[in-house]
Amino acid sequence: MVMFTIRRFLQLIPVFFGATLLVYFLVFATPGDPIAALSGGKPMAPAVEAALRAQYNLDQPFWMQYFLYLKNLVTLNLGQTFSGQEVADVIARAYPVTARLAIMALAFEAFFGILFGVIAGLRKGKLFDSTVLVASLVVIAVPTFVLGFVLQLVVGVKLGWARPTVSGTAPWNELILPALVLGLVSLAYVIRLTRASISENMNADYVRTATAKGLSRRRVVVVHILRNSLIPVVTFLGADLGGLMGGAIVTEGIFNVPGVGNLLFQAIKKGESATVVAVVGILVIVFVVANLVVDLLYAWLDPRIRYV
Amino acid sequence: MSENLTPENDPAARVTPASRQGKTSTRFIEHFVAPLEETPLAAVDKVDEEAAPLSLWADAWRNLRKQPLFIISALLIILVVVVAVVPQWFASVDPTSCTLDDSAEGARAGHPLGFTLQGCDVYARVIYGTRASLMVGIFTTLGVLVIGGIMGALAGYYGGWLDTILARLGDIFFALPLILGAIVINQLPAFRDNRSVWTVVVALVAFGWPQIARITRGAVLENRNADFVTASKALGLTPFRALVKHVIPNSLAPIIVVASISLGTFIVAEATLSFLGLGLPQSVMSWGNDIAAAQPQVRNNPGVLLWPAVALSITVLSFIMLGDALRDALDPKARKR
Repeated sequence: MVMFTIRRFLQLIPVFFGATLLVYFLVFATPGDPIAALSGGKPMAPAVEAALRAQYNLDQPFWMQYFLYLKNLVTLNLGQTFSGQEVADVIARAYPVTARLAIMALAFEAFFGILFGVIAGLRKGKLFDSTVLVASLVVIAVPTFVLGFVLQLVVGVKLGWARPTVSGTAPWNELILPALVLGLVSLAYVIRLTRASISENMNADYVRTATAKGLSRRRVVVVHILRNSLIPVVTFLGADLGGLMGGAIVTEGIFNVPGVGNLLFQAIKKGESATVVAVVGILVIVFVVANLVVDLLYAWLDPRIRYV
Repeated sequence: MSENLTPENDPAARVTPASRQGKTSTRFIEHFVAPLEETPLAAVDKVDEEAAPLSLWADAWRNLRKQPLFIISALLIILVVVVAVVPQWFASVDPTSCTLDDSAEGARAGHPLGFTLQGCDVYARVIYGTRASLMVGIFTTLGVLVIGGIMGALAGYYGGWLDTILARLGDIFFALPLILGAIVINQLPAFRDNRSVWTVVVALVAFGWPQIARITRGAVLENRNADFVTASKALGLTPFRALVKHVIPNSLAPIIVVASISLGTFIVAEATLSFLGLGLPQSVMSWGNDIAAAQPQVRNNPGVLLWPAVALSITVLSFIMLGDALRDALDPKARKR
């Protein structure tokens, strides 16, 4: 178990460097001179321009820039944005917001996804099942940003149940609507996965045994069927954490959430590689750690799985 | 006894109702089973043993023809394709001739869905927008199938260091969300200056292939040690020929299912990119562009945003339903009896 965890963390290293290098290269290759854009396209004193270029290592060739970036990273120096803020500070402000958003979305999709999926799977072919299936298909087919606008318009503006946009501090209660929108598509996938998995396991021998030895229906469903059906669902939820971050770019834009998605989008447009690479780096770490947690959960869900 | 006297052509061995006529056993036999005359032939006995065995695909096709889900989605997809190829059959109004006199007007005769802020006919724009969205979906899926399929097949079949390298490479791309990757790629000079359907396709393929690669790798791994592969190698096929001729055709089913479903998600991704201003250029009519253009007006004129979104959702829905139907048909184990 410990060895497995260590090995997985070692595997993280090439993925981390590969992904950051890829993104660094893509942002590096982005046209336009970020320094020239800094002065609004007006001519700049050559000495100032040279100093700025040196400050952001923009006078170095690509490999040198990446190397210098990594060198700074070792000392936990993430560099500065073009407006002179520490990238670490900017991320420290934005990350908790997106973390709240993603946790709420994940909790929402896990809870309701598994609940609806179990009920639908147990009553396969009944009215509840068909309704949930059709609804989940529709949710998957409608783009997130359309869902976002519609919910913003209906719930936020027409009904006035929630604030249409989120305020600067982004407290939990204002993030409910954005989290709902963010988690809705994945919710549909979780429902479908759980339903398929439950209905597949429902006729298994161990379920008949459990029923035959007199266990209550509730215990058979929750302890026996559900636990054995959760592996594909947990796999999806783990991989989805990365997808939620991608979706956050759109959702945060619609609801004006001051989170990582917004930050990332602005930084990409500005060609601010230090910010982009830092955010993506964290994203990759979150993604790989989430997948590691999923792998460890397998062993808990199915004791036959052992890691050495 | 002649040598070619097999049970089939030996009249005495054939037990049919006709040959039993008039023959009565002299021995007393206690019957627990209904006599053959009264026993209807079961479905199993009706199978024509002379006919060629059904392949997985023929079997799936027989199953699919009866599924309402498949019929509906197939008809919808055919309709969408026809609209994309010949939009002029469906809309008589030119979607690009707009007058500000009609700005944000409601529906009227000949213009069933009303007008955009720029005074363009919404219905005509929805019809003409089909082509770009569908092209992105289809060509991205083809690209993903080629790249992901090759990567996954090589990794799964040869294993070893090739598998390790390709798996890590896939992880790197997989760790970056599709939309994020496509945003970054679309910022590259070659992409930003020549925006078209193709740049969007390349951007989506670049970050969309790992999923197909994983599925292909799994399917190929399952088949690479199958008896028919060993047999084909024993008959003198090189390992690579065995991969192409036997392993890949037998691994196609799960790949096709996932490809059909992801075709829908690629259409959504294109719309999202266009919505962010990084997808198709404004000059190309597409659902994503129209939704993005309608967004500032959504509170006053929601229909302009609604209709392209409805068209997009129906298209995506039909591809997802097709994938679902294919999954049921191509997986005999999961099929309902």
